[in-house]
Amino acid sequence: MWYYEKKLQYPVKVSSCNPRLAKYLIEQYGGADGELAAALRYLNQRYTIPDKVIGLLTDIGTEEFAHLEMIATMVYKLTKDATPEMMKEAGLAPHYANHDKALFYHNAAGVPWTATYIQAKGDPIADLYEDIAAEEKARATYQWIINLSDDPDLNDGLKYLREREVVHSQRFREAVEILKEERDKQIYF
Amino acid sequence: MYTQTKYYYPYHSPFDPCKPIKVKSYETPPNLYMGFQPPSLPQFQPREALYHGTLWPALFSPYPGKREVVDNE
Repeated sequence: MWYYEKKLQYPVKVSSCNPRLAKYLIEQYGGADGELAAALRYLNQRYTIPDKVIGLLTDIGTEEFAHLEMIATMVYKLTKDATPEMMKEAGLAPHYANHDKALFYHNAAGVPWTATYIQAKGDPIADLYEDIAAEEKARATYQWIINLSDDPDLNDGLKYLREREVVHSQRFREAVEILKEERDKQIYF
Repeated sequence: MYTQTKYYYPYHSPFDPCKPIKVKSYETPPNLYMGFQPPSLPQFQPREALYHGTLWPALFSPYPGKREVVDNE
């Protein structure tokens, strides 16, 4: 189970009214390499991974939900006071037609989130390599969004989130090293 | 020398419905440990290489199949 802390992991500040940035940020909300995919991937894979790394997947999966919340807050702040006209100018008319200002799990191109974005292979090495790849792809996505954004306060939050991808990738790589270690060399059968 | 299969002993609750598989295994093939392949490694004979799928014994990963045994006590 989880306890909820009614605050964000890192403060989210948005300085300019720029709904177009929300259109790009939604990639990290409902995209293939976004925070939702990351959280669901890790929290699902953890059941069938060796005991030594279950806790890592639980902790990182949980933190991904904290990141999801930060992205949601950014998107919400960028769109909550936008008029339909402003949404149209930002390229968000298709979103507005379907969802008004509601957030939805889709990527920057409007493609809805799908479980085919994630995998649970059951092979610990294969799953951890997927997790490392996912962190690196999320880091790259943050870079490209930062490149598209000219809002320094928003970018501050995005740079924090990018750094967390770097740390998570390192931890997953360490998990692989743990699983590579020769422990009980039991000859079975 | 490393082993290509690792074993671990997952927790089994007294309330779990099925008989336990006490030992579980996963594969750690040789490419995990090699890094950049060093030059001049020993080689199979061509015929053996074709059968094995690799020219180098150091990269060969036999997979005998996973045999998990249910504990019947």
